Amino acid sequence: MKQFWKSMLRSPSGVIGLIILLLAISVAVFGPMLFPNSPWRMVQRPFLPPFTLSAVPLGTDALGRDVFAGMIFGARVSLLVGLVSTLVALVVGVPIGAMAGYFGGKVDDALMRFTEFFQTIPSFALAIVLVAILQPSIYSIVASIAVVSWPPVARLVRGEVLSLRTREYVQAAVVTGQSNSWIILREILPNALSPVIVLASLMVATAILLESSLAFLGLGDPNLISWGYMVGAGRTVIRQAWWITVFPGVAILISVLGLNLIGEGLNDALNPRLSREGR
Amino acid sequence: MLSFVAQRVVKGVIVLLAIVVLNFFLIRLAPGDPAIVMAGEAGASDQVFVKQLREKFGLDKPLPEQLFIYVKGVATLDLGFSFRQQAPVAKLIGERLPATLLLTLTAFAISLTLGILFGTFAARFAGTFLDTGITIFALIFYAMPIFWVALMGILLFSVTMDWLPSFGYETVGANLTGLAHAVDVAKHLIMPAMTLGLFFMATYTRMTRASMLEVKRLDFVKTARAKGLSDAVIQRRHVLRNALLPVVTLAGVHSGTLIGGAVITETVFAWPGIGRLMYDALLQRDYNLLLGVFVICSAMVLIFNLITDLVYRLVDPRIEYAT
Repeated sequence: MKQFWKSMLRSPSGVIGLIILLLAISVAVFGPMLFPNSPWRMVQRPFLPPFTLSAVPLGTDALGRDVFAGMIFGARVSLLVGLVSTLVALVVGVPIGAMAGYFGGKVDDALMRFTEFFQTIPSFALAIVLVAILQPSIYSIVASIAVVSWPPVARLVRGEVLSLRTREYVQAAVVTGQSNSWIILREILPNALSPVIVLASLMVATAILLESSLAFLGLGDPNLISWGYMVGAGRTVIRQAWWITVFPGVAILISVLGLNLIGEGLNDALNPRLSREGR
Repeated sequence: MLSFVAQRVVKGVIVLLAIVVLNFFLIRLAPGDPAIVMAGEAGASDQVFVKQLREKFGLDKPLPEQLFIYVKGVATLDLGFSFRQQAPVAKLIGERLPATLLLTLTAFAISLTLGILFGTFAARFAGTFLDTGITIFALIFYAMPIFWVALMGILLFSVTMDWLPSFGYETVGANLTGLAHAVDVAKHLIMPAMTLGLFFMATYTRMTRASMLEVKRLDFVKTARAKGLSDAVIQRRHVLRNALLPVVTLAGVHSGTLIGGAVITETVFAWPGIGRLMYDALLQRDYNLLLGVFVICSAMVLIFNLITDLVYRLVDPRIEYAT
């Protein structure tokens, strides 16, 4: 573990990514306490340009709502949706991949056809259709993002399990009469974990992009302000008020960038052999 | 080769059939009794009319039979009727398809060309400033939401500099013909195609770079160098050709994302393709149209995947498709 942090902190992308993520998480957790202004409330005249009043540093939108407050409250939605939908995708994808890789044969065939099917469907289009039909809410958004993002997890885990299954220590566990589930959970999965962690960090980034795109199209939770919604709302008035669309977009860019950098840092730290090849 | 194509086509048809079945159940999940919704949309929701509609669309029949009717309909390109737009869904999609193909294929060509080019440069000058610059550039574009890139493009090139039109497919009312018309469309196409292309360009850049650096260390490259071939020839003929394989695979995997990106790009730029149609259907909660577009998008992805499989086989003749 100590070794892991050491190599993680040695890669510059990992460090920058970690700083960005910590910053984003603290904004999401503590921000709303420090800025109790509801992002939906009218606080000033509409279209107040940024950097004119210190009380509303990033100006106001078409309805006089505080852009800065929106960004702070939006961090919560983006990070929460990103993390939870990734977790759900892992909960679906890991068992499917593990079973396919471990049992092989017909089980593998059936599960992989199922996975391929979901991978062929255009993911964003499916997410749009699902959220539209289930009605936009934080639950339907998380569910749709999870539905479109689990297949790569299943395929990755399957590949890892497939190669670990033939190792001697696994054979030894089989010989000693351990149950299948014990072998998968205790012997194989812990060793297949590192590439899954790398993938998961990248999936959180993709999930944030997906959520913002859905919210941009008007498929966000109507009770929660999010960065994508803000950009979407500012779109029609972009000629008069650039700041409404620019700032929330920068927030999305920075968070996604941070998570991608963490993914690279994790990759360097967990698969040192691979990362040296890239140099 | 022929049997390989046939096999892939059959597999694609089976997947498409599964998508159509999924679609059928999604329609049933949509809120509201379809007959009542349709009657409401037609402006007359009395009992007799609702009953007529039910009979007309077979909604009074048992579910398996309804499914059969639906699948048969899709097979004959009958995707249902859009009451909001007062036109058959298939006709609406057919009108919009060429614009989407123009946009996505242009974006695809841009992203692949620039991505391979930048990736090759980065790998060639690995560890230098140029490499770092390209890598950072790719990382940033990889993290930008497409809708935001689109809006920033409009802000920069339409609002501030007034170089390019910010919406539409052609100048309305200009009635241009021939070359002038083509130039006009191209002007409208630049921004949407670049917006859509830049995200994918970033992924291809990263992939090409990583893949080239990996191939570079292989033995056959050392052999080529020992033979005294020039560096440029080695890069082009030996390294790049082998490094492109994973890039082609990635291009196939990304076709679905490309379509998804088109929905966003077309929405922002009011590009008259099926993505914009999907957005309109979404706003009006026109589920028939929404799901019709969804089926067509899936079919497009399947066709695109088939093409990538074929290209892959051409690029790498070693691959045998035995099943």
